[in-house]
Amino acid sequence: MPAAQETVEQVRRIDVDQYKYGFVTDIESEKAPIGLSEDTVRFISAKKNEPKWMLEWRLEAYRRWLTMREPTWARVDYPKIDYQNAYYFSAPKKNALASLDEVDPEILLTYEKLGIPLREQEILAGVVRPEGERRIAVDAVFDSVSVATTFKEELKRAGVIFMPMSEALQEHPELVKKYLGSVVPVTDNFFATLNSAVFSDGSFVYVPPGVRCPMELSTYFRINEANTGQFERTLIIADKGAYVSYLEGCTAPMRDENQLHAAVVELVTHDDAEIKYSTVQNWYPGDADGKGGIFNFVTKRGDCRGARSKISWTQVETGSAITWKYPSCILRGDNSRGEFYSIAISNGRQQVDSGTKMIHLGKNTTSRIISKGISAGKSNNTYRGLVTAHRKATNARNFTNCDSLLIGNQCGAHTVPYIEAKNSSAVFEHEASTSKISEDMLFYCRQRGMSAEEATALVVNGFVKDVLQQLPMEFAVEAQKLISISLEGSVG
Amino acid sequence: MLLEIKNLHVEVEDKKILNGLTLTVEKGQVAAIMGPNGSGKSTLAYVLAGKDNYKVTEGDALLDGESILDMAPDVRATKGVFLAFQYPVEVPGVATMTFLRTALNAQRKTRGEAEFSTPDFMKLVRDTAGHLGVSQEMLRRAVNVGFSGGEKKRNEILQMAILQPRLAVLDETDSGLDIDALKIVAEGVNRLRSPERSMIVITHYQRLLEFIVPDVVHVMAKGKVVKSGGKELALELEAKGYAQYADEAA
Repeated sequence: MPAAQETVEQVRRIDVDQYKYGFVTDIESEKAPIGLSEDTVRFISAKKNEPKWMLEWRLEAYRRWLTMREPTWARVDYPKIDYQNAYYFSAPKKNALASLDEVDPEILLTYEKLGIPLREQEILAGVVRPEGERRIAVDAVFDSVSVATTFKEELKRAGVIFMPMSEALQEHPELVKKYLGSVVPVTDNFFATLNSAVFSDGSFVYVPPGVRCPMELSTYFRINEANTGQFERTLIIADKGAYVSYLEGCTAPMRDENQLHAAVVELVTHDDAEIKYSTVQNWYPGDADGKGGIFNFVTKRGDCRGARSKISWTQVETGSAITWKYPSCILRGDNSRGEFYSIAISNGRQQVDSGTKMIHLGKNTTSRIISKGISAGKSNNTYRGLVTAHRKATNARNFTNCDSLLIGNQCGAHTVPYIEAKNSSAVFEHEASTSKISEDMLFYCRQRGMSAEEATALVVNGFVKDVLQQLPMEFAVEAQKLISISLEGSVG
Repeated sequence: MLLEIKNLHVEVEDKKILNGLTLTVEKGQVAAIMGPNGSGKSTLAYVLAGKDNYKVTEGDALLDGESILDMAPDVRATKGVFLAFQYPVEVPGVATMTFLRTALNAQRKTRGEAEFSTPDFMKLVRDTAGHLGVSQEMLRRAVNVGFSGGEKKRNEILQMAILQPRLAVLDETDSGLDIDALKIVAEGVNRLRSPERSMIVITHYQRLLEFIVPDVVHVMAKGKVVKSGGKELALELEAKGYAQYADEAA
């Protein structure tokens, strides 16, 4: 596994400043007036020239949100958020672009710095690619709007729709209307309802029946503006027999204040369809004293609506001051399958409360959960999971494996699994372990010549190997680097 | 001389284990250290490798005239100190091949040498592993996870062969091995004997020394060396046992 080697090299190159995505791009932006009101919602909807039903949908969400309370059950602790002291919409001034050439060069530069190729030509003409390396279509979301989507034409020929949500509302309103909110209802939870009211952009994907999407689809989210929340909305539909693999990456500048990121992701698979959704989350985690960082309060849910369909979530969570997310699967179709593979790393004063829900409704539905939590520094890392089988879910099967690794003695790991079977034929297996990174293991590695940091990176990479293998290759390498970077300073 | 240990006193959790140990190992020499359980043999091995919680209260250990006691374990390793563990540690999820490569390249980088390219490294490991009866399949498995006793010890010798240390300390490498496994391991060690490399072979039994014939034998009791001699000393110990040294150390 040369990738492990890569990690070790990466560790060596790390500067004192661990978060290398913390720069700010200097561009002019257009913002909604500060604060949240019906006017804000109307402003956003008007900006996007949305159909009337969309505005009504948003307003209904907003009114609902006013009656809701922020959830407090998660094992996270943060100061009260002042929802009136934030901007809910921010867009780079140059907008409405016909081609990539019109994108503000500063923004292109930003994505270049982040290592995300937006220029299709470069990719197409590109240097000889190693065999098997796939091309990736990218949708880049900068603050509240999508600034560029690549490979649109090629995808169109295959019948795949991949575009910013705001465009989809103009070009395919019937599809959006049919599926939006059908997995995560407007009323679902405090943050999802807030998102429904003020979401600004995100990616929309529709893969028609029988089509295997010819390339990986990817969205890169970037929060640039200060005091601005990012509320993106992603909707992916795989029609009968379709397949798509989707990757999501996120970064933000280093700022002293906290920023809210409340996204909603909805996935729908029809009969025999499959969606593979991978996330490498690297929002700014705040500094060593816990100042600043992103509040990542995200609702992600997939609906295996059709028989024999499959949804697979893979996540590598290294960033954010607070993570609150539970990518879930509703296994509605008979013989459908849900998977959740997660690596959650916390260091410094980060707080992670993450896990999944596998809701077995159909017959012979199966699910698998592999969760690897790594806590270092003074962080807290909680796995929270729910596995249920409803009355009609005959022969539901779940296998859960939750492992926690502690580095140092000031961090915490917690596992909170809920298991509920209303059908006696259900078989749910749960395995869990918590271990401290063993001194003997580190000594063994160091006796062979590895530094304390190299040894830790190697041991941690071994610990998360099962999950890393689930990631598309390009992301696996990135994830591996991230793991070692986020553990920087955790040994000593 | 390569290694010089002078009047070494070591405590572990406030308990005195080494009690004024003095020992010299010449360059190219294979020195056997024998002694009863609890005489401090393994402590000596760990102290030389730099394990935590082994507190040196007096004395020194010099490698080529340079004290190593304040060096981090990885620095000592890079300077050529290798410990073949009595109980090799499992590293789940890390393939043996990856482990070997990470270790070797870490040492080479620290020494300012070029790293091995993948093909060169693969060839090096394949050749070396072949001699030790280590299969390709074993190299793909996670380090020591699910290995038999014999496989673990062979893996230690494989690492030693790849890392080419100047001073190898073999801590009870014979424990838990049947006679066939013992022969393979001993052959592997013998192949690594060289005028440039010194070895300390720690063992409780004379049996290992039939296969790895030492240049000198030191007997340890109660935390120090109480007798030194030629290889025939091992046979004498086998016949008479360790009881005779109990008084000498006191």
